[in-house]
Amino acid sequence: MKAELRERLGAQSQSGRAAAVHLAFRLRPEQLIRIHDLAVKARVLEERLIRMYKQSDGYFWIGGPGEEAFNIPLGLQIKKGQGKDYDILHLHYRSAAIMTVLGMEPVEALRQMKNVAADPFSGGRNFANHFSRREWNVVPISSTIETQYLTAIGSAIAQRRHGGEGITIVNGGDAGTAEGDFASCLVWASRPGAELPLLIIVTNNSWGISTPFATQHGEKNISDRGKAFGMRTATINGNDVEESWFALEEAMRYVRRERKPFLLEARVSRLYGHSSASGANFTPNEQDPIVEFEKKLETAGILTRERMDQLRETYNQEMLELSRKVKEEPLPSPSTIYDHIYQGQKGRYW
Amino acid sequence: MANMAQAIRMALHYGEEKLGITDIFGEDVGPPLGGVFTVTQGLGKSWNSPLDERGIIGAAMGLALAGDRCVAEVQFCDYIYNTIDMLKLAGMQSWSSNGDWNLPMTVMTPVGSGIRGSIYHSHSFDATMTHIPGWKIVMPSTPLDAYGLMIACLKDPNPTMFLKPKALLRMRGLEPIPGEPPLTPEGEKQLREMIDAPLGNRAEWKARWPEGLTDYTVELGKGKVVREGSQLTLVSYGRTLPVCAQAADLLREEGVSAEVIDLRTLWPYDWKLISESIRKTGRVVFVNEDTEVTNFGEHLIRRTIDEHFYELQARPRLLAGAFTPGIGLADPLEMASVPQLNHILDLSREVVREAA
Repeated sequence: MKAELRERLGAQSQSGRAAAVHLAFRLRPEQLIRIHDLAVKARVLEERLIRMYKQSDGYFWIGGPGEEAFNIPLGLQIKKGQGKDYDILHLHYRSAAIMTVLGMEPVEALRQMKNVAADPFSGGRNFANHFSRREWNVVPISSTIETQYLTAIGSAIAQRRHGGEGITIVNGGDAGTAEGDFASCLVWASRPGAELPLLIIVTNNSWGISTPFATQHGEKNISDRGKAFGMRTATINGNDVEESWFALEEAMRYVRRERKPFLLEARVSRLYGHSSASGANFTPNEQDPIVEFEKKLETAGILTRERMDQLRETYNQEMLELSRKVKEEPLPSPSTIYDHIYQGQKGRYW
Repeated sequence: MANMAQAIRMALHYGEEKLGITDIFGEDVGPPLGGVFTVTQGLGKSWNSPLDERGIIGAAMGLALAGDRCVAEVQFCDYIYNTIDMLKLAGMQSWSSNGDWNLPMTVMTPVGSGIRGSIYHSHSFDATMTHIPGWKIVMPSTPLDAYGLMIACLKDPNPTMFLKPKALLRMRGLEPIPGEPPLTPEGEKQLREMIDAPLGNRAEWKARWPEGLTDYTVELGKGKVVREGSQLTLVSYGRTLPVCAQAADLLREEGVSAEVIDLRTLWPYDWKLISESIRKTGRVVFVNEDTEVTNFGEHLIRRTIDEHFYELQARPRLLAGAFTPGIGLADPLEMASVPQLNHILDLSREVVREAA
């Protein structure tokens, strides 16, 4: 978002409608505007990635449009940095909004979609939205479902020993909780006397590719499984910005201070299907959390429809231009296929 | 005169004292048991985990990602198979992140036959493990090498797999480990009293570690010639290595000069050493006890043919385990399933007799 535009929008929020704002929201207007800005930016990024896929500027798309109302508040409350004093993030492939909050430049995600040499996350080796950034404690995202719930155990053990306020955060979808790895995470996180500072998040979009959750799972809430382990749990409407914000705030405060696990299930939407394998077309019968958020912002007088449309168009143009630029960038050299199999190693070594 | 289990234990102790090892964990790894093969008795950083192999490998990865340095054990390699995708993930963290991340972690697991372990305690894992890029994989055949290879693994910034040949874990070494008591029966007894947990109540027991343990390291990727010879090369590792050495000694009495190479590191392996030996002898047999189909030795044969076809005097051969689902418990079944001395002798004689 352009600084000038942000300034103008901020100024508008101070223009005498404070009473209405306070009635509608608990967060401050500038926080709401910031969340909206990031949500739109993340959404436009995902839609640009989908367009790139459909224009054959990428082989595959999978992502998280529909999860912004939860993921933006999550990203904004992450303690960002490198090392055990900061939050260690074991994310999955619907986390572009979180990365957007952390400071990922959209062009970086576009480069991974196009698999160019400058892809900063994998050097052209991995799918879109498979991020990795050591300086922010974002461990490499894998296509394997649920293995992140296992690796999260280890960094949480390290942070339990280390102390401080850094915690481990893991997220994943609802279908993956059928894997034993999810149960492993619950067991290891709650060992008596060795409980882990681990925020276990499930973003429940009610689908496993084409299979409805309700046809495969008997549990009412996924979070209820945590109760058997004496774990604090919650199931929330992840399509509501403020409900997400305050649930995350409470869960994070608990994990940071008590150094114990919390299982948080957020009910979210899946707006473009599972992935490009199912067409990546907009799904009109799912609730769009940004639309809902914008209705409230408009009613509360925080943003006008015109401003919000203008914001979206600004990002659309920015990302269109970036995607055009990325299309011209070179692909990785075939000579690099063996690089980095071991740390610092270049070329074939055997 | 440490046995291999004691040698590994001393290396792990050196690691937790000097190399920043933060965790040594797995099923029954911590007190009171200290590992089903006693390898982790008395260690300060050892602890028991849930009975969950996937959790163990995942936890090891997470510890490494967080910047800690651990050794994780899977109690028998027979139970590591359900972690295959975790091992694959660990091996690709550096590559898939284009070098942004690395995973300094060590996994150890007992492998192979020799304890009459039946169907689910006798598997080998070298054929499967060498299919997974990104790892460094070792298998010692002597206590001294076990010590030095473990130290090398603990220092390496990549995932390392330490395969423990369970048939050799009680074997005593002929080469001194720097710092251990003298290689005498008295020294052996002294070491036992110092670092072996007593039977019965161990609640108050603490290991007394030899004070002079050192940084002795066997470089990863370096094999070793354990018998020099000129007519035949035997390449092996782990349990079958001392059997190959014994075969070479017997063959020498028959007038056959066999060179024996202990590979020690399976990946990345010491091709230069193998290659030079094949150039010299023109005849080679690769010996290991994993099942013979898609065996690691088959890769070595392929490379032998690719690079030494016109220097060979006889067909390169593989002597490996029978391609059966497991190893049967009855003595004749186990003996027929994995290479024994007579098998190595018979094949060696055949290869040496084969017309050039």
